Amino acid sequence: MVNSVISAKDLRVIRGKHEILHGLNFDVTEGSVVGLLGPSGSGKSTLMRSIVGVQRHVHGEINVLGEPAGSKSLRLKLGYVSQSPSVYEDLTVIQNLKYFASIMRVPRNDATRVLKVTGLESQARQLVSTLSGGQLNRTSLAIALLGKPALLVLDEPTVGLDPVLRADLWTLFRQLAAEGTTLLVSSHVMDEASRCDRLLLLRNGLILADETPAGLLKRTGATDPDDAFLRLIRNEPDFDEQTSDSKRVA
Amino acid sequence: MRIQNAWRTASRVLTQIAHDPRTLGLLLLVPSLLVGLMAWIFSDTPFFDQFGPAVLALFPFTVMFLVTSITTLRERRSGTLERLLTMPISKFEFTLGYALAFSFLAILQSAIAVGFAVWVCGLDTKGSIWLLLWVALADAVLGTTLGLLASAFANSEFQVAQFVPALVFPQILLGGVFLPRDTMPDVLHAISDWLPLSHVIDALNAIAKDTEDANYIGMKILIILAFAVGAVILGSATLRRRTN
Repeated sequence: MVNSVISAKDLRVIRGKHEILHGLNFDVTEGSVVGLLGPSGSGKSTLMRSIVGVQRHVHGEINVLGEPAGSKSLRLKLGYVSQSPSVYEDLTVIQNLKYFASIMRVPRNDATRVLKVTGLESQARQLVSTLSGGQLNRTSLAIALLGKPALLVLDEPTVGLDPVLRADLWTLFRQLAAEGTTLLVSSHVMDEASRCDRLLLLRNGLILADETPAGLLKRTGATDPDDAFLRLIRNEPDFDEQTSDSKRVA
Repeated sequence: MRIQNAWRTASRVLTQIAHDPRTLGLLLLVPSLLVGLMAWIFSDTPFFDQFGPAVLALFPFTVMFLVTSITTLRERRSGTLERLLTMPISKFEFTLGYALAFSFLAILQSAIAVGFAVWVCGLDTKGSIWLLLWVALADAVLGTTLGLLASAFANSEFQVAQFVPALVFPQILLGGVFLPRDTMPDVLHAISDWLPLSHVIDALNAIAKDTEDANYIGMKILIILAFAVGAVILGSATLRRRTN
């Protein structure tokens, strides 16, 4: 039986007077890599924050690993990488990892393991403020991998990385999924879509599509995910006023 | 509660500061330099012995208030706090960690300042130097914990810097450094009773002139520490796991 790792029913998020997410329904199954795609401002980060339980004013139902999002017992079971690398700049890479490892109650040698997994061994004793952008991103990712969480929520983990590094990270994500980890990965780069098992296309706080990459191409008759996304948007009633926005995505 | 989380957080904060020797140097030495300057200004007058103890309270208090509030604010804003709060650490453990780390620095700083004032600048109080040291330590811890609390109400470093004139200076004015509190208008006197720094200055003035016994000083230290504990509890209550 395939277990549902994330399950949302009529999920709404309200910030001030605006509703950011307008009643989302979806399920994410165990061991899959789900891509959360959409233009910036579509609500990707808000959705991820709702899943890890740091978002305020969440209405409707959102369960993670069978418990309401944000439950205490989930804190050991999920890894979260926010959009900006959340790392202490005035500590070395290994000092960061050891601190977070102690909070996550995992053995200290787990720090060495995630260092190896993310290819940061030679930077271990380097101060985070002296790292390159890519190394900084990977340090933030390494922290999320501590303790082998069942669910990884990664907000734009490949942004600003060169193609080689991006390919390496996707290889890592596939490998983690093969070991049973569930990954929710957001991106606004459409060419990453084909590497996912399933895609959630988000736009203006609504799910535009919830399909496999192949299914999406078939349904829209497009040749690549970029094109598919544009075609979906063109079918929307409010396309005209949003044209400039959608072009930016492309 | 897992007290280890607080210890680990404290040692992490101290490691961060250790990577920044200039900050550490400024933190530990600036109050002593200011005390030295004051001793020099008043070198041929009796004023240093009279006002020295009160000033010994003000400099570390202000420095620790500023440093703690900015550091805590940075953590709140950098995203590391949000990450931590998705992990198994409580808000109180986190706040306590910060309070422990900076209290440790505050104690070092005050001990250096008192030592410098007494042995280098020749501060000669009528009351006990050891009581002076204890009050100074409690006072620096108070500055730390109030800074921790203040950071909750600031969204930027600019705002935190404004808190010094907004929250610290009135306490100095009302605390009785310039004019004894009991000669102030009744309303101001009543308000000053509820300001933590007033009790610090009461204690230090009493030591300077040796007008009260050790019990009185002990009572004042307890009041100061009660304010400090209250600030830590309030500070952790202002943290939110869920934010917009």
